Amino acid sequence: MAHAANSQNAPPESFFELNEHGHETGSSTMLGFWIYLMSDCLIFAVLFATYGVLGANYAAGPRPEDIFELPLLAVNTAMLLFSSITYGFAMIAMQARQTKMVLLWLAVTGVFGALFLGIELYEFGVFIGEGASPQRSGFLSAFFTLVGTHGLHVTFGIVWLVTLMVQIQKYGLISANRRRIMCLSMFWHFLDVVWIGVFTFVYLIRMI
Amino acid sequence: MRHFTLFTVLSLPLLLSACGDLVVLFPDGDIAARQRDMMLIATGLMLLIIVPVIAMTFWFAWRYRAANKAARYEADWDHSTKLELAIWAAPLLIIIILGAVTWVGTHLLDPYRPLDEITTSETVDTEGEPLVVEVVALNWKWLFVYPEYGIATVNELAAPVDRPIRFELTAESVMNAFYVPTLAGMIYAMPGMETKLHAVVNKEGTYDGFASHYNGAGFSDMRFKFYGQTPEQFDAWVEEVRQADDELNQQSYLRLAYPSEADPVRYFSSVQHGLYQRILGMCVQDGKMCVQEIMNIDNSESSGEEEHVDVDRLRYETFPIDEFGGHSPQGATAPASGRIPHTDRMLEGDREDGAGSIAPSQLNRSH
Amino acid sequence: MLANTDLSRFIFGRLTLDSIPYHEPILIVTFLGVVVLGGALLAAVTYYRWWGYLWHEWITSVDHKRIGVMYIILAIVMLLRGFADAILMRTQQAIAFGGNEGFLPAHHYDQVFTAHGVIMIFFVAMPMITGIMNYIIPLQIGARDVAFPFLNNFSFWMTAGGAMLIMISLFVGEFARTGWLAFPPLSGAEFSPGVGVDYYIWGLQVAGVGTLLSGVNLLVTVIKMRAPGMTMMRLPVFVWSSLCTNVLIVAAFPVLTAVLTLLSLDRYAGTHFFTNDMGGNSMMYFNLIWIWGHPEVYILILPLFGVFSEITSTFSGKRLFAYTSMVYALVVITILSYLVWLHHFFTMGNGATVNSFFGITTMIISIPTGVKVFNWLFTMYEGRIRFELPMMWTIAFIVTFVIGGMSGVLLAVPPVDFTVHNSLFLVAHFHNVIIGGVLFGSFAAINYWFPKAFGFKLDVFWGKVSFWCWVVGFYFAFMPLYVLGLMGVTRRLREFDDPSLQIWFVIAAFGAALIAAGIAALLLQFYVSVRDRKKLIDATGDPWDGRTLEWATSSPPPQYNFAFTPIVRDLDAFTDMKRNDFRRPGDGFRPIHMPKNTEAGVILAGLSTVCGFALIWYIWWLAALSFFGLIGYAIWHSFNYDRDYHIPADEVAETEQAYASLAAGRS
Ligand code: HEA
Ligand code: HEA
Ligand code: CUA
Ligand SMILES: [Cu+2]
Repeated sequence: MAHAANSQNAPPESFFELNEHGHETGSSTMLGFWIYLMSDCLIFAVLFATYGVLGANYAAGPRPEDIFELPLLAVNTAMLLFSSITYGFAMIAMQARQTKMVLLWLAVTGVFGALFLGIELYEFGVFIGEGASPQRSGFLSAFFTLVGTHGLHVTFGIVWLVTLMVQIQKYGLISANRRRIMCLSMFWHFLDVVWIGVFTFVYLIRMI
Repeated sequence: MRHFTLFTVLSLPLLLSACGDLVVLFPDGDIAARQRDMMLIATGLMLLIIVPVIAMTFWFAWRYRAANKAARYEADWDHSTKLELAIWAAPLLIIIILGAVTWVGTHLLDPYRPLDEITTSETVDTEGEPLVVEVVALNWKWLFVYPEYGIATVNELAAPVDRPIRFELTAESVMNAFYVPTLAGMIYAMPGMETKLHAVVNKEGTYDGFASHYNGAGFSDMRFKFYGQTPEQFDAWVEEVRQADDELNQQSYLRLAYPSEADPVRYFSSVQHGLYQRILGMCVQDGKMCVQEIMNIDNSESSGEEEHVDVDRLRYETFPIDEFGGHSPQGATAPASGRIPHTDRMLEGDREDGAGSIAPSQLNRSH
Repeated sequence: MLANTDLSRFIFGRLTLDSIPYHEPILIVTFLGVVVLGGALLAAVTYYRWWGYLWHEWITSVDHKRIGVMYIILAIVMLLRGFADAILMRTQQAIAFGGNEGFLPAHHYDQVFTAHGVIMIFFVAMPMITGIMNYIIPLQIGARDVAFPFLNNFSFWMTAGGAMLIMISLFVGEFARTGWLAFPPLSGAEFSPGVGVDYYIWGLQVAGVGTLLSGVNLLVTVIKMRAPGMTMMRLPVFVWSSLCTNVLIVAAFPVLTAVLTLLSLDRYAGTHFFTNDMGGNSMMYFNLIWIWGHPEVYILILPLFGVFSEITSTFSGKRLFAYTSMVYALVVITILSYLVWLHHFFTMGNGATVNSFFGITTMIISIPTGVKVFNWLFTMYEGRIRFELPMMWTIAFIVTFVIGGMSGVLLAVPPVDFTVHNSLFLVAHFHNVIIGGVLFGSFAAINYWFPKAFGFKLDVFWGKVSFWCWVVGFYFAFMPLYVLGLMGVTRRLREFDDPSLQIWFVIAAFGAALIAAGIAALLLQFYVSVRDRKKLIDATGDPWDGRTLEWATSSPPPQYNFAFTPIVRDLDAFTDMKRNDFRRPGDGFRPIHMPKNTEAGVILAGLSTVCGFALIWYIWWLAALSFFGLIGYAIWHSFNYDRDYHIPADEVAETEQAYASLAAGRS
């Protein structure tokens, strides 16, 4: 092997980090979770696109203006927006290390989330009762799938939220739990953003 | 150099023709021939760079082999602006030319474009009306309707030479593609939709046509003969079809549409008026609402609230094609498929409509 | 026992004894083979008391190297299945002429080509590249593991779970008869009511989760875990190409997940996404699946482009020519791969402007690809090329891939594609790029990095036999398909009329037989190398005069990869170290922080697989049970905060000294 020893400009050891300081475990979690959310976002993008393509295929059946009810929808949207705000309060409380307050605000967030889901399920029930079921037309298939997928995410978010509350209760605001709170926060706000898309693109545009 | 490569490209098919019927390279239709020309041009253009690349690979590998100590060795040479510019520019140049050729060629040879605008063949009759053939891809056979003559055939297609043909295509249940290599490139035929293809045959002869998009068990045998005929022969052929006993109407169409494999040629002396439109509208069965009508309702300004359409009128009921190609007991039994299990008898409680079944409800509809 | 009573139907769903294809001799023989081999394997494991070892050291391992090796083993096992399918098809097509039906009826043949395509793409090529990336990336960037070691283990088991579902379909029920992309309406509930398409859907969904998570994981690894000094423009090209691949994975696989979900909604819930009636639109499926599908083929090839770059530079003893161009070319390919999907259905009746737009974007990809080819050539130029096995594969790759790329560009010209779409010309194109690129690359990578992974080189003689059989076999097997395509022969045909075609199919079958010999030689190569491992030993950790960091540690690397994190000052970090007479520190070791093994991955993946199986057979109670079990277990697992430990400094010192004395004794 021809080691062209042309320079001795560096002391040999400088090729290795001798005084390594421990990396904080999980320092990459936020980035990883963010990337995951972006990929989730693409699933929604596909569902939006599907809705865009099928959105006018009523198969001689119900149309948006026949079934959508904006007032209820406004209430529903408000629930989700409130829950995002209250989650924000939980984050502030976390920064201040107030375990009780964190739990309180998380609980409020969960209640808003559950209300949102409840209203959405009620809405679905009404639609199906009117004969506007997902099987009725391409438009309704796309509608239920898009809105339903969002609803499933919220459901999953609530399950996670409850789990997290138990964990905080048990172990306090240790760094692992703080990281989890932050991840869930991203998730929750992400769902909010998606909902705003759903609200505008699925409901508002079709009603005007 | 350029001339040399082009020459090689052009002579290659000649060499190959010795060993079989390379119909894509030697078609007897004007459109297919010009698609072939595009292929040769593109190949020639690319060989300009591909041949040197392959040559360089062998040459460098040989010349700079470790054993050859006479060759230069520059362990740290890893950059040359000029060379890098060249290696981006060379493929770019080729692609610019090829891209331009592609743009023009794609527009010129668009299957939707009527032939009279583009043909370069001297002999093609661009004055008269093109021959219209309505094509329906069935499982697994081809139905050809000649509206001009009021006749239809199964698995046999004929056309006079030098008369432009306009194919209008649709399908019965699954996606298909229609391909007669000697005429023109293929085009999909899809249920509820119509595609178009313009072509012409310039030489008499018997050619192959077939389905070129996989569509289930009978795919391999979904073939037909295409006859390029003199006008006199063609008229005689039409006359022969007119003599046939069968007529194509709703009932006989529905019977015909029932899946079958390797069907013989069949002639229909007459065709019910508007049948093709109903096939296209997926409403051959009585009581079904046609796609065109549904679309009108969907596009109309008023909301459809007043009239409640019976959902059964919208459902398109096709024939199950799954049971072909041998026994297939694997789970695809009633009620999941609405089909009686192979070895099991139907049990009490198994109702034909599949009620009380574990299968997802939409599968319970009996056909 | 399995009479179709209500109770048994509740318990077993639509699964009955009839679902076992015992009337298919081919399957029975295969099944017996699997039982005998599998039984022997299990017996051996039990006899040698390897269960504990396997469980603790492999199955639950979170070590990226172990996981990488498991991925590659999975790929090899599945390759044997995929190849068996290929041989069946080649034989059928070589004999089914003029009224001879061959030996495969349609419902079987159609499963075979579908299974072949699915297995080769998802369970051979994907695990192969994921395995290679898993093994090499952390080593090349001087890291101790990937960013999320537990997730890595989980991803692997999800992939394995998907593969398992596909394998089960061989003996319980059937597989899809739709082609590897399962286009509706053919794959809808109307026309494919059986379990085949459901196997397809759930196999891919389960494996897809694994692929997506592994993509996230590797992406974060490259972004976050690089050794100090390794800036983006000092990343080894293989890492760059993996980075691009994982960006593609993260950005493409969600589309597949979504589109398969829509298809399953159509099948299970009766919605109308892709149906003919009630407002469905099957063309949307074509668009969506290819929006995933085209990036997928670059997901397969890009890591191998990286492998070839490393190998060319190492064996030419030269820096890689035009590193910056190489990186830009990769990035351009990554971006463009999203703008070309429509070239898979030019013939669907799109307008000429749409077609030519997508045709031209497709051709543009050949520019950056060409740049890469030229860069490899100019890396060889004025080098000192050693023709070890990896380099031989590289040369074969360049020549073969360039031909396949050329046929690809031909297909990108819409008027040309009209004449050869869905023909054997197309089949020849993609085998030409996939075998010439992905497989040749995998073989190059295996020969190149095997000594790193196991501490001894692979046998050269059998390697060469395998090489020649493969390369020659490839040309015999696939060049005839180009000719057949020009004769207007369509793909997925089971029998033929025209006897003049037969000769070409016979040549192709001969080629496949040569390839089989190549595979046999490959297996022999492994066997001989293991037998002669003492002779082939690599004590230095650097058998090829390597240039990147993976060669700076021992072969095989210790669990923690590097006792001290390396500091990077140049692109070819290890060459830089060697030129400057680096020495490994001999003392001052510190405890190393490592993740603990965990059984959670295999349990979660197991539950997902069971859930998939239950959904396929409509065993609703089992589906619900395993689904809630999955959620419950995941929650329970999240209460485990005790996930890492430290390797004591003494143990590190011991390992390092053992290696130092081995290297001193041998070199
Ligand atoms: C690893 C997999 C892989 C790779 C790398 C590629 C690479 C390419 N593919 Fe291929 N392709 C497939 C796998 C792959 N493909 C598969 C699996 C299918 C079929 C799926 C199915 O239907 O089942 C398919 C189908 C397919 C089609 C659809 C055809 C049809 O259905 O009718 C098209 C059409 O444009 C196409 C084009 C290309 C092009 C232009 C490239 C380019 O990336 C190639 C670029 C490379 C070069 C061109 C060579 C090197 C370049 C130079 C030396 C520079 C100079 C060259 C020029 C200027 C031309 N491919
Ligand atoms: C990765 C992709 C891949 C690979 C490797 C192959 C390899 C082969 N394929 Fe296939 N093939 C496809 C992807 C692939 N194929 C796809 C997507 C289709 C379309 C399916 C459809 O129509 O829906 C298809 C279809 C297809 C057909 C159907 C053509 C038709 O439609 O009429 C045929 C016909 O014979 C065929 C043949 C072969 C043969 C003989 C090989 C053999 O030459 C090669 C066999 C290769 C191996 C066995 C090696 C694999 C090895 C490794 C990956 C490394 C393992 C490492 C170690 C052992 C160390 N293939
Ligand atoms: Cu596909 Cu219309
Ligand atoms: Cu593509």
